[in-house]
Amino acid sequence: MIGRRRLLAASASFVTGALAAPAIVRAEPLEIQFLFPIAASGPITKIIDGYAHDFEAQHPDISIKPVYAGNYDDTIAKAITAFKGGHAPPLAMLGAIQVYSLIDLEAIVPFDELATSAEDKAWMNGFFPAFLANGNVLGHTWSIPFQRSTPVLYWNKDAFKAAGLDPEKPPETWAEQTAMGKKLVKRSGSATSQWGVQIPATGGTYWLYQALAMEAGQELMSRDGTKAFFNAPGSVEALEYWVALGKEGVQPPGVVDWGATPTDFCAGRVAMMWTTTGNLTFVAQNAKFPFGVAMLPKDKQRGAPTGGGNFHIFKTATQAEREASLAFVKWVTAPERAAQWSIDTGYVATRPDAWETALMKQRVTELPQSAVARDQLKYAVPELSTHQNQQVTLPLNSAVQAALAGSKTPKVALDEAQANANRVLAPYQKT
Amino acid sequence: MKREAVQGWMLVLPAVVLLAAFTHWPTLQTIWASLQTTAVPGHPSRFAPGQNMQNLWADPVFWQALRNNLVYAGCIIPVTLGLSLSMALVVDRRFPGRGLLRLAYFTPTILPMIAVANIWLYFFTPGYGLIDEVLAPFGLGEWNWFGSTSTALPAIIVIAIWKEAGFYMIFYLAALQTMPPDLREAAALEGASRWTYFRRVVWPLLMPTTLFVCINVAIDAFRLVDQIVVITKGGPDNATTILLYYIYEVGFQYWDTNYAALLTITLLALLGAVAALQFGLLARRVHYR
Amino acid sequence: MSMSATVATLPLSRGLAGQAGRWIEIIGAWLLGVLWILPLLWAIWSAIHPADVQAGFNLFAPLTLQNFAAAWAAAPLDRYMANTIMLVSMVLVAQFVLCTPAAFAFARLRFPGRDTLFAVVLLQLMVTPDLLMVENYQTIGHLGLVDSLPGIALPYLGSAFGIFLLRQTFRTIPQELDDAARLEGLGLLARIWRLYVPLARPTYIAYGLVLVSFHWNNFLWPLVITNSVGVRPITVGLAIFSTNDQGINWSIITAATLISTAPLVVAFLLFQRQFVQSFMRAGIK
Repeated sequence: MIGRRRLLAASASFVTGALAAPAIVRAEPLEIQFLFPIAASGPITKIIDGYAHDFEAQHPDISIKPVYAGNYDDTIAKAITAFKGGHAPPLAMLGAIQVYSLIDLEAIVPFDELATSAEDKAWMNGFFPAFLANGNVLGHTWSIPFQRSTPVLYWNKDAFKAAGLDPEKPPETWAEQTAMGKKLVKRSGSATSQWGVQIPATGGTYWLYQALAMEAGQELMSRDGTKAFFNAPGSVEALEYWVALGKEGVQPPGVVDWGATPTDFCAGRVAMMWTTTGNLTFVAQNAKFPFGVAMLPKDKQRGAPTGGGNFHIFKTATQAEREASLAFVKWVTAPERAAQWSIDTGYVATRPDAWETALMKQRVTELPQSAVARDQLKYAVPELSTHQNQQVTLPLNSAVQAALAGSKTPKVALDEAQANANRVLAPYQKT
Repeated sequence: MKREAVQGWMLVLPAVVLLAAFTHWPTLQTIWASLQTTAVPGHPSRFAPGQNMQNLWADPVFWQALRNNLVYAGCIIPVTLGLSLSMALVVDRRFPGRGLLRLAYFTPTILPMIAVANIWLYFFTPGYGLIDEVLAPFGLGEWNWFGSTSTALPAIIVIAIWKEAGFYMIFYLAALQTMPPDLREAAALEGASRWTYFRRVVWPLLMPTTLFVCINVAIDAFRLVDQIVVITKGGPDNATTILLYYIYEVGFQYWDTNYAALLTITLLALLGAVAALQFGLLARRVHYR
Repeated sequence: MSMSATVATLPLSRGLAGQAGRWIEIIGAWLLGVLWILPLLWAIWSAIHPADVQAGFNLFAPLTLQNFAAAWAAAPLDRYMANTIMLVSMVLVAQFVLCTPAAFAFARLRFPGRDTLFAVVLLQLMVTPDLLMVENYQTIGHLGLVDSLPGIALPYLGSAFGIFLLRQTFRTIPQELDDAARLEGLGLLARIWRLYVPLARPTYIAYGLVLVSFHWNNFLWPLVITNSVGVRPITVGLAIFSTNDQGINWSIITAATLISTAPLVVAFLLFQRQFVQSFMRAGIK
């Protein structure tokens, strides 16, 4: 009687509530915090914010919160600190080389566990193998490439002509590079107004060193991240070549600054430089002379490391957060967007199908130099990455710098770096 | 009396609690952490006071950081002191353009080091950097200041001194301007030279300020790493790594937080020793009025 | 004041050697001044010229404001500045509120353990919070304040420097004034507020200026503790321009530098005299 009315009322409100519940729940979009570094010039924060906004328009139930975290070092520091504190973001763009540290901390979820449909698998395997290499370790795909680069050789065509060299033929081998470099050096008294080549060694010192070692036929680490080969004959030969460039007056003495090198090149203070393909836009805008971009010269073979950042999904994310993050990653790496990102920032478009888009094709027509990095990818190797990555690479950086600065011979410096690497990696070597 | 005691404690408590929470308590935590090893796969963290100490003793980068820091402090402290005193003496007298000069000396203080580090990077750039341009006519134009292990630390020191001297000038200036003018009159009447006047009258009276400046510059000499973070990142080959920078590297890049703790304790001990040394040397000569 | 001016110009040592010495001194002082301000001058020159003329020094190269626009677009500098202003204000107010009563208690009240506590407090003069950043990071993390303005500010709020400075100043205030106020029936807090604080004004100004300068410049600790644009102060924000994979664009960096340091420079230009005078009256000796 009274009870029945109450029961009806209660059921009615329950049913309404149940019907309304999904609507209420869905009214709150799932927030995905996304940590990212900035390592390129240009209005990156605006571009990333734009992506978040556009993605949210197509996916109203997900809200992307991009958090700019500094450079790669800062970003991995923040990500790991947050993870250790129990409040890691679901998604982060981290240096591809950090994969072993993240695996050791059991911090990340491999993408192959999330991207299970056939369509997803096709997407995952649609990236250039060279860019997937850093993340495809220990049988899983731990990360997805986003902002990737590779070093290339830039050369000043006017300077070549003035030195009596063919402006359309860059050096193909180390020997040619040294010989051409010597011809390009312009000196008056003790001051040099133009150097032959600059291979900078600040910033990520090991990056260009890895290129040299690869060209000498030596990979610097084992593909499972447990061994380093810093003092193998090829590695030593590579460093000796680099040091010789300075000693023979082809390159400025000491440790050449990474940041100043593109400016030096555009100002005509050096005729050739090794730097990331990401600097192409800067050079195109600021060089007042025709310039060319070529693959790095070979010794025994061509070789170049890749570089840059990949997407990683953290284990602390809930299933819903993981799926939302995957959706965003798939969306932002779509061919058109990958092409646009590459054009806006100078990074290499990460998928072959991005290079096939009309946008990219037009870019290559306007600036043919931008295709060189892509062509070099077939000689590219994963960037130096091991367990306890920083503890292994920072002393390597010091060793290379010591040799270039002349305070140690290459062999001695690399022996020390190797000894350090052996000590740090010992717990990981099963044998 | 009792009421005063309660009042006293209540007034100091908020500030002291906050202070202790972020200085004294973490210091104790750091000491505790320094006695443990950091976890590595297969070896969880354990209490091993000897292990960390052994690693420290055997760590070449630590010794280099220590050496570098002593050189850093050893150059910065006397030069900054001398410069800030000289600047104050110059600006103390009335002459046209005094305000402008004072402004010029003080400007580095208000510019964040992060902001000016890049400017200095430019100045020291080989070849077209301002310094090399100036040296070029003398035939010395091609130094890679930050790229060679022998000149990187001196260049970093120059930047630190530039940043600090103007700030301490203000303290000396304040002290000079509150000195009674009749002292100078008396010295003039007695025919004392400026140098004698300075040495016998001004310098001793400035002792409290000198002590204050000395200790603060010393502390800064261990804290000032911003330009290192931006320009050299401790390189080349750890030539510009000083203790605090190494702590940052070990704690936030290697994630070896317990070793970082031991390094921190070492740094604190060193800082304490330096402060005590200065206090001992100078406090005797301080005349308070 | 005028006395010392006249006295200051009395030649204390005459003769040609003295004159020459004086000239060397003046030239040296001005040379030093030029050297000291050179980085700022160069920054101005670099920011108003386009990127391609950076490698030389041509006084008549074309001018441009493009760099400022590019710097503004590359990072939310206005947000960073707002954060810095909020942070510095927060620290300023909080330190004054916390350190004043403590300084008064150390200066004028007797309570057991006072001198030992003071000595313990003074330890912080040496052991600044950023030296302990690894541990402090964890503490702030436990409080849930990572990546927040209070998180940046908290370790600095209890300031030994402030307590020390204010205590010294309070001690110079004549006891008779305090007794008189007490006889008029003013309670403890009233006496602090009505008597001690106004008389210590120069110290507060000087101390405030030191504080603003320090926290405006602070880099390493905010770098470690902040993540997002809504919290990051200008020093950390400026670091973007330095930590570039690609290379240094001098003109944009200097433009960004100028934008972010402009408020401080302008403020100092306007308040130079007060700044120096307050130091004098504060008698930091």
